[in-house]
Amino acid sequence: MAGMTLTEKVLAKAANRDAVGPNDNIWVNVDVLMTHDVCGPGTIGVFKKHFGANANVWDREKVVIIPDHYIFTKDAMANRNVDVLRDFVKEQDLPYYYDVGTENYKGVCHIALPEEGHTRPGEILLGTDSHTCTAGAFGEFATGIGNTDAGFVMGTGKLWLKVPPTMRFVFHGKLPPYLMAKDLILSVIGEIGVDGATYRAMEFDGDGVFALNIEERMTLCNMAIEAGGKNGCIAPDQVTLDYVNSRGKKSGNKPYTVMKSDGDAKYIYEKVFDLSKMEPVVAKPHSPDNKALVSSVRGTKLDRAYIGSCTGGKMTDFRAAAAILQGAEVRIPTFIVPATTEVARGLKTEKIGTHTLEEIFLNAGASIGDASCAACLGGPSDTFGRLNTPISCISTTNRNFPGRMGHKEAQVFLASPMTVAASALTGVITDPRDNVA
Amino acid sequence: MRASGNRTEKDEKMEKIIKGKAFVLGDNVDTDQIIPAQYLTYNPSIPAEYKMFGKFALSSVPPGQMGLPKGHQAFHTDDEFVSPFTIIVAGKNFGCGSSREHAPIALAAAGIKAVVCEFYARIFYRNSVNGSYLVPVECQTRLINDIATGDELTIDLENHTLTNHTTKDTWKLQDLGEVAPIIEAGGIFEYAKKVGMLKS
Repeated sequence: MAGMTLTEKVLAKAANRDAVGPNDNIWVNVDVLMTHDVCGPGTIGVFKKHFGANANVWDREKVVIIPDHYIFTKDAMANRNVDVLRDFVKEQDLPYYYDVGTENYKGVCHIALPEEGHTRPGEILLGTDSHTCTAGAFGEFATGIGNTDAGFVMGTGKLWLKVPPTMRFVFHGKLPPYLMAKDLILSVIGEIGVDGATYRAMEFDGDGVFALNIEERMTLCNMAIEAGGKNGCIAPDQVTLDYVNSRGKKSGNKPYTVMKSDGDAKYIYEKVFDLSKMEPVVAKPHSPDNKALVSSVRGTKLDRAYIGSCTGGKMTDFRAAAAILQGAEVRIPTFIVPATTEVARGLKTEKIGTHTLEEIFLNAGASIGDASCAACLGGPSDTFGRLNTPISCISTTNRNFPGRMGHKEAQVFLASPMTVAASALTGVITDPRDNVA
Repeated sequence: MRASGNRTEKDEKMEKIIKGKAFVLGDNVDTDQIIPAQYLTYNPSIPAEYKMFGKFALSSVPPGQMGLPKGHQAFHTDDEFVSPFTIIVAGKNFGCGSSREHAPIALAAAGIKAVVCEFYARIFYRNSVNGSYLVPVECQTRLINDIATGDELTIDLENHTLTNHTTKDTWKLQDLGEVAPIIEAGGIFEYAKKVGMLKS
């Protein structure tokens, strides 16, 4: 039997088959279905319409609902949508719901999922959000779906999927101190384009990847969708298992299966990167593949800096930003949004020197918002950090499409937390090598 | 034009011939352009809110890209909820970005019955097929330089052809392939009933 990639193995297991290959259409059993406040109400509507007003979800243990998008807003419709989730959770008696306004509130679903023990190697995770691919960092198959698919899964626990061929991105060498996973994935997307991985899996491999911590691995997988990828994934190692095992008790210590690509697995594309030769990059407006070396756009004037989201709002991201902002003052309004409440607590407890990260940010003149998706995708007009006017912003988020962060004519540059922090101090695009030895 | 907001009344079978005016867009039209995030607070399962998606469809497409080749064309003219255009013609990677099903819903609510482009972003394609909002067709060559906004088109899904009545051109379209049975059934639920996975 020919070798299989990690993605193929996980899909084969979920389809109860010995083997699958690229372009096979299969029905898979789903391990976790995740939805949130933007797509949950529509998903619940589809579920009730097709399975009946009194239907039960296929497995209460496998449905996870995480309100995160439009939380701290006066928008009545947005708040109504959270009520829809709340009512459904009560009616179905779902154990994994992280309600707004309670101590159980978490924030951005893609970061809350692993924190709360819902990401496990070898599983199928489907979510009504394109960045569900983030969880591929745990050696599982994770991808975004729409409301109709999610409504179908909610009632049946199954979905048809087409097995994607796998692209392999290998990183060798030691990560220089001025580079982050965000630079690596923006470089990949710049290389292959926003449609370069359409209908394909993106596997990240090599000693450079396995030297990254779990949060940085999540950043790599998170932006697979920005190249059109169906999923991103990284084989589990001890780093993965240590994280997963430390979180498992929050979700019932479910068993999982560790899988890796076979040595003779077939890849449709392979690209090797030498980390020592890579440079900090940005994606210029208005596309994540509009790559430029920071050194080539240095000095571009900015109006705002934004550090947050599933892509750039984790502890590793804030640690890197704080190291640069420590003892300095920002020149442009700078918005800090922790992805989750756990990260927000981390900002209050973790220190560099004698100051907490929170103190470093506040002393530098930055504003800190509550954990949520916030301005990454614009949202209601009162959203923290939203670009309500056509200004220029450098951001650690994942998309710079026209209008994505609010105003249709706003200019958004995507960059690593280090590059964003360095630029916040000068008000122009700044190379983090100027700040990081 | 399909009644907006009540998909239960629509025909179970796919329309084989789709006729109407073209609205032409460029490459990489993402779902934030198709329906900006601020309108995602409407719940598409509620008919009165469903029609709002038609009103705001394509509202974040940069003005210069709206209705090629000229650009700066209005997608809605007399009716603010429904567009006079029936078919979107676009370049490559239509529907990239966010998984929001509100994107094909917005186009369908505005009266769009089919999109013709070089290829689709995966989630938009799935949502269009599984939710049966519109027919996503792939062309064999790039057509956005050969079709102008307002041209009268006919898509023949049985013979896989696209005719531009304004310029008198006809092109072959790609076969719908493996998703044809789902499109013909009227979405994933109807398909699952047909093949016995779900009770009718």
